[in-house]
Amino acid sequence: MDALLSVDGISKMYQTRHGVIRAVDNVSFDVAPGEIVALVGESGCGKSTVALTLLRLIAHDGGRVMFEGVDLDAIGGEQERKLRQDLSIVFQNPYSSLNPRMRIRDIVGEPLRTAYGLRGRALNDRVRQHLGDVGLGAEHMNRFPHEFSGGQRQRIAIARALALEPKLLILDEPTAALDVSVQAQVLNLLRDLQRRLGLSYLMISHNLATVESIADRVLVMYFGRLVETGPVSEVFDHPRHPYTRALLDSVPSIDPRHRDRLKSIEGELPSPLNPPPGCAFAPRCARASARCNEVAPTLERHVDGRQVACYHPLGQDDA
Amino acid sequence: MSRPMLSVNGLSVDFPELGRTVQAVRGCDLEVGEGEIMGLVGESGSGKSVTAMACLGLVPPPGQVRGEIVLDGFQVVGRKESELTRVRGELAAMIFQNPGKALNPFFTVGRQIADVLKHHRAINDHAAREIVLGAFRTVHLPDPDITFEKYPHQLSGGQLQRAMIAMALTCEPKLLIADEPTTALDVTIQAQVVVLLRELAATRGLSILFITHDLGVIAALCDRVAVMYAGTVVEQGPVADVLGRPLHPYTAKLLDSVPKLGMGKAELTAIPGQVPDMGSLPPGCAFQPRCERASEQCRQHDPVARSFGGGRLAACFHVEDAPELGDDRVA
Amino acid sequence: MTAIGDEFKRTPVSEPSLALVVRHFVTSHVLFVVGAVVFTVIVICALFAPWVATHDPIAIVFADKLEPPSLDHLMGTDSLGRDIFSRVMFGARTSLMVGVVVTGLAILIGLPIGLLSGYFGGRVDTVLMRFSDVFLAFPPLLLPIAITAALGSGLINAMFALAVSWFPWYARIMRGSVIRVKNELYISAARAMGVSHTRTMIRHVVPNALTPVVVQGSMDFGYTILAAASLSFIGIGAQPPRMEWGLMAALSRSKFLDFWWTVTFPGLAIFVTVLAVNLLGDGIRDMLDPKHKEFR
Repeated sequence: MDALLSVDGISKMYQTRHGVIRAVDNVSFDVAPGEIVALVGESGCGKSTVALTLLRLIAHDGGRVMFEGVDLDAIGGEQERKLRQDLSIVFQNPYSSLNPRMRIRDIVGEPLRTAYGLRGRALNDRVRQHLGDVGLGAEHMNRFPHEFSGGQRQRIAIARALALEPKLLILDEPTAALDVSVQAQVLNLLRDLQRRLGLSYLMISHNLATVESIADRVLVMYFGRLVETGPVSEVFDHPRHPYTRALLDSVPSIDPRHRDRLKSIEGELPSPLNPPPGCAFAPRCARASARCNEVAPTLERHVDGRQVACYHPLGQDDA
Repeated sequence: MSRPMLSVNGLSVDFPELGRTVQAVRGCDLEVGEGEIMGLVGESGSGKSVTAMACLGLVPPPGQVRGEIVLDGFQVVGRKESELTRVRGELAAMIFQNPGKALNPFFTVGRQIADVLKHHRAINDHAAREIVLGAFRTVHLPDPDITFEKYPHQLSGGQLQRAMIAMALTCEPKLLIADEPTTALDVTIQAQVVVLLRELAATRGLSILFITHDLGVIAALCDRVAVMYAGTVVEQGPVADVLGRPLHPYTAKLLDSVPKLGMGKAELTAIPGQVPDMGSLPPGCAFQPRCERASEQCRQHDPVARSFGGGRLAACFHVEDAPELGDDRVA
Repeated sequence: MTAIGDEFKRTPVSEPSLALVVRHFVTSHVLFVVGAVVFTVIVICALFAPWVATHDPIAIVFADKLEPPSLDHLMGTDSLGRDIFSRVMFGARTSLMVGVVVTGLAILIGLPIGLLSGYFGGRVDTVLMRFSDVFLAFPPLLLPIAITAALGSGLINAMFALAVSWFPWYARIMRGSVIRVKNELYISAARAMGVSHTRTMIRHVVPNALTPVVVQGSMDFGYTILAAASLSFIGIGAQPPRMEWGLMAALSRSKFLDFWWTVTFPGLAIFVTVLAVNLLGDGIRDMLDPKHKEFR
């Protein structure tokens, strides 16, 4: 099956007073129709930048982004408008992603106005339908965002994102700002919608447990680069990259009997203005060798389809 | 057990607004023993942060605090501001969620902490600096003398949080109140802070009241835990018991609704409805509208915490109706 | 479909009585209330001047000239025997008009400039801001003096001159506000949806960036009245026979020592109006402060 979204070697560099920062460094991945792919990493890894690039809110340097076989940089006008219907986003912060001075009816209706020029009754009917999909009713249409809770606002943001019936939905940490008990509601809703509407998701998250509960495949990023990819269950059960392992080890288990499994790794992200010459993770890695500090490893595809960027991946030479 | 480091009895905090009163905390009881790490877990509106602030007399006006808070024998409620400033830092210190905001961007990190120290003790600059460098070493901040001269914006989130812990420790308090210190941190940095706090509690006999919404951190760090919902403690007890065999339906549902590593792709049991408006609570149990065990009794009366042996408390009429709980509740 | 009812429950508490609400409001915003009340009185005087005035304001009665305040002439009469109280009442019309026109015109010019500047940034910003800076470079009253010297004296020209020297402030305020709003997520969301720049600016940016401009405008209202009166006082603003407080004070300037009421009452009118408007403006600013949760 042809990939819905195909990202090929994109980078993003920022010119600052103190030098060049490589926020995203040669990232490539695909999202197939009906697939949920999670882009995972901590702050500063570049995952949000990747999302903004896909939406064309910022321009990327180098590489190509293809949606349904069409190069996004080569299109304009009508084609670009069509693209915006197929590709949608739900932002992290439900408190600032909705215009506080617009009514819900107008917020969810705006994409329909812009893309199809819908007005009046036709518009309201569609809005009502999409609000219903996320569990909100017609009585909510005339209200303002501040009258709703965080979870409800995120539903409104999802309804807005689905208004144009996109094929791919980018979710930027959709539950991070919500209360724990509400996160489950929203995750269940997202899972349900994906099944019913046959959507693809590119979900950006730093929460591994959330990712495991919803995603099919995972892409792990560190310092602007992809370090490991593969099916979620395989990567999380048998991580090959030391950073993935460290990430998994850092997540505290809810079972207090397992509290000794929590391992912290020393050090921090290297300075983006002073990147290590070789592998970005080498300064913090127990398995690092001289080679790791000289030349950065590239993403290698293993026989089982998984990819790892490491000279000493786990599970190969030793436990 | 010796006298508890912190004892909160019947704490209530109200915020009067026009025409109504928001009850941020409605009858909270908890204790933190010496050298004990106590977790306080809850979602927004649970009152956990207000409880923490009340312990140091930091509830902002027009909040009205009633009840009793005893900090190492010192009564906090009803004290004058001048008396409280002596206690803050010396008896108990607090660290916050956003360390960047707790530090003044105009001064170097070292200078600020040294200033705090000199405010409490009559010592000169040099002695203060030595103490601060020592504190930096205790919290494993790399290159203490270089870090001393840095400004807050030059430090990373993890380093800032360590610096804040260092600031809290300079006056050697007996109790550390930590209000969601790891919520805004990356998971690897969070792990570092958890390990650090464990070490501090073990080596210095520091008592910690750790407030968070993250059950995993509670499991990893705390000895005992109190679960708060809508302004009151609904369950309390040793961590292994509360998280392993919860008595209160909210605790049970909360545990079920959290995705856990190792569970795979699974439908999560969500809690229907949402947290109530603390300015207009229905009569009876605050959790009742969302509870599957709710009965008429729950709608009429607000349950009081009862003891269930082994230091466990729960405020629910239907604890015995809990579904059969096996040891496999947690993954 | 997940059957999770996120019931929207906004159970209203017992609505507080109107008396309680009013009393609470008045006691916490005393100055604002004073300003609002006084301003309302002034507006009423202006609107109903023909009925409030005790005499015909332009009737010249030499027999009654320079009479001190009395029951018949509440504020006395001027050198042409005209009742000052009535003239002050009619003068309120002029002053309020000045406030509205000058402030309104300044906002009308400054707001779009600030909007385009803040939204697009870059070269557009540079050009527009340098253009505004030209007007900012002049000391406050010098530019209006220069413009009226070129165009001729008169209230209309004075108002135009004031608006032209005032708009750069609004451009800057709007620009700052727009820059802040521009970085909000809902703007990115709109752009990601394909909403055009024009619609984004009008529908999303302006409504959320307007507050500081409104606050400044309400505070400036009083100063524009003062500025117009000052221009009239030095002879280049309102010209006789227009009834304008500054002009009235100017015309009787030489008589101040012996006939104090001819200058004092117009001056007092200016003072009271500007003060009331300032208090009002302060109150509006406080109410629109997002930290003020009770008021939306």
